[in-house]
Parts: sequence; C-alpha cells; structure tokens
Amino acid sequence: MTETEGMNAKQKLAYYLDKSYADANAAHSKGELVCWSSSIAPAEFCVTMGIHMLYPENHAAAVGAKHGAIEILELAERKGYTMDNCSYSRINLAYMDLLVEEKKTGKTPEALQKLDELKVPRMPLPDIIITCNNICNTLLKWYENIAVSLNIPYIIIDTPYVHDWPIPQHTIDYMKEQFKYAIKQIEDLTGKPFDYEKFVKVQEQTQRSVAAWDRAMGMAAIVPSPLSGFDMFNFMALIVCARSQFAAEDTFNTLADELQVKADAGQDAFKGGERTRIAWEGIAVWPYLSHTYKALKNLGMNMVGSTYPGAWSIHYEVGDLGQMAAGYCKMYSNTCLDNKVNVISDVLINTNCTGILYHLNRSCKLMSFLNVETAEILKEKTGIPYASFDGDQTDPRNFSEAQYDTRVEALSEVMEQMKAEKAKA
Amino acid sequence: MYVLGLDVGSASSKVVILDDDKNIVSFSTVQVGTGSTGPARALEEVFKKTNGLKIEDMTKIVATGYGRYAFEKADKQISEISCHAKGIFHLVPTARTIIDIGGQDAKAIRLDSRGAVSQFFMNDKCAAGTGRFLDVMARVLEIEITDMAEYDSRASEVVNVSSTCTVFAESEVISHLSNNIPKENIIAGIHASVASKACGLAYRTGLEDDIVMGGGVAQNAGVVRAISRELRRPVIVAPNPQITGALGAALFAYDEAKKH
Ligand code: SF4
Repeated sequence: MTETEGMNAKQKLAYYLDKSYADANAAHSKGELVCWSSSIAPAEFCVTMGIHMLYPENHAAAVGAKHGAIEILELAERKGYTMDNCSYSRINLAYMDLLVEEKKTGKTPEALQKLDELKVPRMPLPDIIITCNNICNTLLKWYENIAVSLNIPYIIIDTPYVHDWPIPQHTIDYMKEQFKYAIKQIEDLTGKPFDYEKFVKVQEQTQRSVAAWDRAMGMAAIVPSPLSGFDMFNFMALIVCARSQFAAEDTFNTLADELQVKADAGQDAFKGGERTRIAWEGIAVWPYLSHTYKALKNLGMNMVGSTYPGAWSIHYEVGDLGQMAAGYCKMYSNTCLDNKVNVISDVLINTNCTGILYHLNRSCKLMSFLNVETAEILKEKTGIPYASFDGDQTDPRNFSEAQYDTRVEALSEVMEQMKAEKAKA
Repeated sequence: MYVLGLDVGSASSKVVILDDDKNIVSFSTVQVGTGSTGPARALEEVFKKTNGLKIEDMTKIVATGYGRYAFEKADKQISEISCHAKGIFHLVPTARTIIDIGGQDAKAIRLDSRGAVSQFFMNDKCAAGTGRFLDVMARVLEIEITDMAEYDSRASEVVNVSSTCTVFAESEVISHLSNNIPKENIIAGIHASVASKACGLAYRTGLEDDIVMGGGVAQNAGVVRAISRELRRPVIVAPNPQITGALGAALFAYDEAKKH
C-alpha cells in the first residue's frame, strides 16, 4: 500500500508538491544537501546521489499564483534588478536575499512572513545549483548570481542551439562531457563516488514518469476534451519537480485514468460547454490564472493545445548518455524556428484546435520574440486565426484584464464565424 | 423596427440608432467614456434627436467598447474588433485594411471580400500611438486637440518624436519646445509618431487596399496624412469615423433582430 492510496489526482498533486518542499526543508535541517534547479535541467544526477531538488521557477510561479509577487518584485527592483529581467529570476533573487537575511539576523523579514501567511511553500537555501540553458540564457546569469552570493558550486549544462537535424554528434559529445563534469562536481560535493547502478534506476523512473505524463496530457486530443489546459498548467508543477520520482508517475497515471473515465462518458472539461478548442502558446499568467481561464470558459473556449507539456517529454534509452543529451537539447525552445513551427502545428492537428492565443510575455524574451514570427508563419501554413496579448508570467503589473478580454473575445468571434461558415459549406 | 448600438470607449461614448432599412436615424457622441456619465448622456442625446423614440422601442441593443459589460440593457456584447469591422465594411465595402485609433488603443484589422475579420492586431500596453498620447501632447503644447491638424498642415519639417513610450515622447517634445522648434513641426512629428505605431500594426495584417480609417483620431487630418505618407498609399477616412464601432454594434443588433 502506498501513502497515496485512495487519493484522486488533484489530491496526489497537492500531497506530493507539499511533500517535496517539506522533505527538502527537513533534509536541510538535518544538514543534507539541497539543490536548486532550473525547470528542464537533468535532475537525474543529483537525485541519484540523494540530493533534494527544488525548482525556483515553480516556486516563483506559486508566489505569483498566491498573489504575493508585487512586494517581492519591488524588493528585487530596489536591489537594482530592472523590470526587464525575467520575473521568475527577480522573485527568486529577492527571495534568496530574504532567506540570507533571516539566516543572518535570526529574524524573519516581513516580506517573508507575508509569503508564509499566503501559504507559499518555503524553500531552504541551496548547497548546490544546476541550470541548463535549453530554455533560455537568462538562467545562466541568474544562477551565477546565486552561486556567487552563496558561494556554492554551480553545475551548468550548456546546450548548443539546435539548427540541424538530426542533432549533430559534436553537440552530443559536448554535452556528454558536461554530464561527466557534473558527476565530478557532485562527487566532490558529496565526497562519495557516483552510484551508477542507482543512476540506471533513476533514469528508468524518469522514463516511466514521462510516459505517464504523456499519457495524461494526450487526453487533451479527445473531442470534447476531458482535460482543460489550465489543469495542465497546474499539474505541470509536478512534472517539473518530480520527474525522476515515483510521485510523478503515480499522479499522472491516476490523472490519465480519471480523464479516461470522463472521456468514455463523453464529458468535457466544461461540463458540455466546449464550443471551440484553442491552443495557448507561452507560459500561464499565474497571478491571473483564474481570470484568464474564466474569460475563455465563458466563451466556451477550451484550451487544449499547448507545446508546454511536450517540454518535459524527454525520452531516451536508459543507460545511453548520448540520447539523454539529445533529449535535453532538443527541448523546443532550444531549436530553430522551423522546428518550432512544426511542433506547434502538430499540436494544432493532434488537438483539433481552430485558434491560437499567444502570450507575449514581458519576462520571457526568447518565447515572445519568436512568437511574432511563428504566429505569422503558422497562420500562412494553417489558416488558423490567432490573437496575441501582452502579459507576464508572474509580474501582475504587466497584464491588463480588459485588454486580454477584448483580444480573446475578438478571436472567439472570428473562430465562431469560421465555424459557422464551415458548417454552412 | 429600430435597433441601437452603443460603443462605450475609454475616452468617449457613442450611440447609433438604425431603422428597418439600416438608415442611421440618429447618433450621438459624448467625450467621456466608461465609468462616467458619458454612456447615459450619449443615450439621452441620441433619443432627443429622434421623433420621440425611447429605449423601449429598440428591438435589440448591442454594446461594444471597453465598457460594454457595464450597460445592463444590452442584449449582447460584441468586441470592438468585430464592430469596427462591421461598421466600416458597411460604409466602405471596398475596405480590406482598417486602421482604427481610439482613446486608449490602436488596432489594425484585415477584412476579406465578405467583410469577415481575417486578422487583427492591437497595440501593446503603452499609450503611445493612441488618442491619449495626442491628449498628453496637446496639453504639453498648450493647444486644443482639435487644432492639431491645422498646425500640422503648416509644418515645414517633421521632427523626430519617439513612438516607443509616451513619457519619452513627452520629454522629447519639451526639449524641442525649449530649443524653439516651431510647434507646427513638432506636431507633425507627433502625428508621425502615432502613424508609425498604427502602420506597424497595419503592415502586419498584410496591408491590402482599400485602407480605411475609423475611430476618433481619424478626425485629425494630420494623423491621416502621416499614415498615408508612411504607407505610401491613399487612406480613406470613414464618414463620421468616431461612430464606426457604434454603427457596427447597431448592425449586429439589426442582424439579431432579424434572426428572431
Ligand atoms: S526568461 Fe523565460 S525561459 Fe527563461 S527563466 Fe524566465 S520565463 Fe523561464
């Protein structure tokens, strides 16, 4: 019997998320090692060596979703980080400073108390950090700041941008060498030899978790869809933080089973209200998650398409470091525009979407700048209408509800009109 | 049968009443928008101009604009993109690209030959390139907004004014003034700045002729000239450009009324 026996997927999600923070905090108090990691960096190495993993992007998203962002962002700005920096990085760097202050003075700073009151989970300070620039290069400097401020080891997995397919051998070789160096850094820190046998087990678990994630997210393709993309956003926290653990496999298999039951009964995520299906390109607007969801729901627009879930579908043959390297560098934001267009158009086809909403995210330059071009190419290729809105994943000051609503409504009207014309024809 | 379209914008409120033949029976514009007395005053005014029509005589009412949900008597709300498209296509059936600059936003819309919206783009969060931007500049220059076109027509040169940010542009204008650059040339620069924002959106739609302008700012001939210069094409100004959104809403109300 497992500790989650009898829980539904949502309960498991909450349970495992809480547990991941609780375990890390407990480990930290016992003097065990904690690592802060970027969201799509290989966790396999640290997990193998029993290092507890925490994810600042997940944590910053929680700060945003629980409406605690503004104060923390202002603290970051007072330290000199401009609003042009990614808001995840601003939140995390200010948060790190608050933890350092607490440690130094023995007193919890007011801003930290506020986050505690908002039930934002606590992260202990890290002993090591790992980042992989397969999602952006902002991470490199952000994490460097952490490493320098705390004087801790910093593992960097530098992923060359992928322009050519198949991924060139020199890219794979370059990454494999970095994996080996990461292993050495971990050995140095832990003072223990790397456990290659356990490493295989961790890789196997990662592949089972990814398969369960794929299975659950694949349900969005069903018409009408039992899964709303906004649930996808919520469940994503676990594929980020527990990809190499049973928690992810357990939760996503339960989710997939639940969705299958719904789908068999012909139920959709809106209780029969799915009028149209759209794709959402970009990160969620965490402080306005409910507003962005409801505006779509009121118009019967079910967001079922997203390239996001695929970002964690990192498949490789267990034991093959080269394949693991390829898996981490073909992450879609690390690939050329042509590939990006293909990935989104596959999502549109698989999920039967007839519209796309692009989040022009002030924080995330890489995604947003490419979106303008991607949108135009995709429109040309598929004829599917789109709209873009300005926003930010965690800085509430960069989003306007009224502007969002107008764009979404106009997109819905265009989609409805096209649907009516198609029906007539 | 009568129907009514109400466009509650950020800076003004507009109402149009149509009869059974889609003729405009009456229209009104009041220069205050959502959250103010504007909508009520615009409604009062529009009925005053009729032969005793009352709101109860309206078979259907459609509201659009930022304040579209604040008017309880509306049967339906439709976004301003669809309403401007409908209104302008009704007035100018050859319209394929619409540039609409209102109080708080600028938009470019591409229409197909049946008048359906095939693409649209709207400005980002900054006020640069919108009617508000012109309001700010008129205040700095101490002139009436309605006189800006006149000044522009006397310009001998177009000075450079930023289009990225209203605050940047404002300080540029102040420094031009302190360098004794004639107001006429500064105003031409301000209009060029608004035009460059709107044209950026219009280019993205693919820019097909005819290009038609709607929205309150289209009443400013200086902006229209600047847009036409930037696009290197003629630009048609919709008749009564400020009411094209309300007209579109009224036309949607008409379709609704005929459905039932
Ligand atoms: S810039 Fe974008 S990809 Fe990079 S950390 Fe921020 S949100 Fe993530």
